Amino acid sequence: MELLSGADMIARFLGDEGVEYIYGYPGGAVLHIYDALFRQDKVEHILVRHEQAAVHMADGYARAAGKAGVVLVTSGPGATNTVTGIATAFMDSIPMVVLCGQVPSNLIGEDAFQETDMMGVSRPVVKHNMAVRHASEIPEVLKKAFYIAESGRPGPVVVDIPKDMTAPNERFEYVYPKKVKLRSYTPPARGHSGQIKKAVEMLLAAKRPVIYAGGGVILGGASNQLTKLVELLNFPVTNTLMGLGGYPGTGKHSVGMLGMHGSYEANQVMHHSDLVLAVGARFDDRITNGTDKFCPGARIIHIDIDPANIAKTVKVDVPIVGPVDSVLDDMLALIAVDEKETDAAALSDWWSKIESWRTVHAGRYESSTQDNIKPQNVIEALYKVTKGEAYVTSDVGQHQMFAAQYYKFDRPNRWINSGGLGTMGFGLPAAMGIKLSYPNEEVVCVTGEGSIQMNIQELSTCKQYDIPLKVVVLNNQSLGMVRQWQDMNYESRHAHSYMESLPDFTKLVESYGHVGLTVNKLDDLESTLEKAFAMKDRLVFINVYVDPTEHVYPMQIARGSMNDMWLSKTERT
Amino acid sequence: MRRIISVLLENEPGALSRVVGLFSQRNYNIETLTVAPTDDKSLSRLTVTTTGSDKVIEQITKQLNKLVEVVKLVDLTEGAHIERELMLIKIKAAGSQRAEIKRQVDIFRGQIVDVTSTVYTVQIIGNSHKLDAFIASIAEGGVLEVVRSGISGIARGEKMLSL
Ligand SMILES: Cc1ncc(C[n+]2csc(CCOP(=O)(O)OP(=O)(O)O)c2C)c(N)n1
Ligand SMILES: [Mg+2]
Repeated sequence: MELLSGADMIARFLGDEGVEYIYGYPGGAVLHIYDALFRQDKVEHILVRHEQAAVHMADGYARAAGKAGVVLVTSGPGATNTVTGIATAFMDSIPMVVLCGQVPSNLIGEDAFQETDMMGVSRPVVKHNMAVRHASEIPEVLKKAFYIAESGRPGPVVVDIPKDMTAPNERFEYVYPKKVKLRSYTPPARGHSGQIKKAVEMLLAAKRPVIYAGGGVILGGASNQLTKLVELLNFPVTNTLMGLGGYPGTGKHSVGMLGMHGSYEANQVMHHSDLVLAVGARFDDRITNGTDKFCPGARIIHIDIDPANIAKTVKVDVPIVGPVDSVLDDMLALIAVDEKETDAAALSDWWSKIESWRTVHAGRYESSTQDNIKPQNVIEALYKVTKGEAYVTSDVGQHQMFAAQYYKFDRPNRWINSGGLGTMGFGLPAAMGIKLSYPNEEVVCVTGEGSIQMNIQELSTCKQYDIPLKVVVLNNQSLGMVRQWQDMNYESRHAHSYMESLPDFTKLVESYGHVGLTVNKLDDLESTLEKAFAMKDRLVFINVYVDPTEHVYPMQIARGSMNDMWLSKTERT
Repeated sequence: MRRIISVLLENEPGALSRVVGLFSQRNYNIETLTVAPTDDKSLSRLTVTTTGSDKVIEQITKQLNKLVEVVKLVDLTEGAHIERELMLIKIKAAGSQRAEIKRQVDIFRGQIVDVTSTVYTVQIIGNSHKLDAFIASIAEGGVLEVVRSGISGIARGEKMLSL
């Protein structure tokens, strides 16, 4: 049996857990841990420039890899700087373990230097948090943290580690705990077979069905099952902002994204359906629009691993609590066994209706001119240049919606955005987390000139660790999404949505040691992107000036039904 | 509707704050809350009374269940149950009032647990209505101080909330 200090146990545990990278920032309370990391070579630490970015890096990695990202920060300001990142992960159910230093146990409660009650501060935005109370417990506490973060409905777990728990001169037996048991925590293992049977009968009898697939499909690794089910049943499928790639965006059953900025056809299909099969989705307000008018003719089947998601906002006819992959497997098996059939005639009518909806809006936008590039155009060019295969992260705003609408994701885990919290500043560090772990993949951050400035300091981290990702700024010289709402609801009074005195991004990026390119002519758009992506080993930052007056459409009309939408500045349904 | 939710909770630091925090974060309402360790020292038993629509109550029980430290819970109001609250109340008791108050306490099957020349401290146990009624029965100005424990509840019969 080996004797290790608390700090060494942390480093060793992370290695034994298979953690490759941790993202963090040192400070007094975690210096023992940093020293332990220095003396080993299994886990590589990435030094960010702001702790929020460390959390988004871990988050980006977790979303791409499906495993917990790990963060290490000091007490007080180090810990509080992580809060936005943790809340971001919490809202999107992203597995993550955040190790926070704390002042020594004997000083807790005395307002010691850099003391913050991180257990209290983080409580509303974590799946769970734990404080280490005895150094010998460290391996078990950490194992629990990973287990809770990654199992069931995933989420962030904070571990508060008082400095004395990591003291180098106190040593304890270390064994890597392969398993932990928690009597008070058992994530559901299977869906209820009776409910699944009932659901399958409803699916087969449906005349105007739709499958509404959310981020749970991605998190639950169920896109194969979903794709099979969609194709077997010949049902239309719509993906949420969090679910893009769960069913291929170019697949013929896809009607695109639904909700506030969903496609015309997706929102029409939802509104007119007689049966909604919700898979790993949570009927939030950006999807349903007015809940009293939501899908008036539909019965609803809802598969979710979290029982609290069921009937939270919308009444459900058949709830199925369980992991989406296993529930869909069970459904597929039931359909296969009896070679049961759907109502082909009704479905054929339904599909012709859908085809007619598809032609109404069809993602149209006014064409760019040589001097006025439309942001949608940039995403389409990006899609073409990256052959639709890049990992795309985004920030929050119009550029995010354009990326979601115009980049067709055929694979899960490739579209990485802050859907639930809508955190500006997420995109760049998230992309960094992905590129580090997937160095051979194209990783691009689609951002706005507003959002990028919320974590632009991380360009320095990219230089230090040589992270050659690409950044595409849809530079509309304004907080575009805010401006859009002001155009629509405040008679175009643009209160503080105009970004004056923007930096010269090209120079800024060059001073960080990267390549900066600017596009302001349509003719240069594709060629510049080609040039940027040809520089495989450089971070290239492409600043594209786009039409500052453009809006995102369709846009649901607040408190209306799913299919009440603006289709352009002048047309509505 | 008023509900009594009984929760078995890991007896760990911070577990209670998670329960209380959940109620305020999600805008649920707490009327009373009692908590103490059970015969098994590793567990606390918590009784919370709350009000809300069926939808809200369903969310409360589900969200509580999601807390990692919540081992089990039951909505006692769904079945036959017993609820009790303990009240300690100081009442002005001088001269002729003393006999009258003593009678009142007997009617409510309470006990006078402390006496001075001017004050009775009375203990009453019962459901919340009984405690309310006792307070109402004391003459205007007679009540000096009230402390109530909040409700503890348990299911009737064979039904049990245990590991
Ligand atoms: C941290 C944070 N602060 C404020 C907001 C509110 N907000 C949403 S979109 C937006 C504008 C974003 O501007 P930009 O990044 O330039 O994107 P654009 O909409 O112009 O494409 C703002 C301020 C937010 N989502 N996140
Ligand atoms: Mg902008």
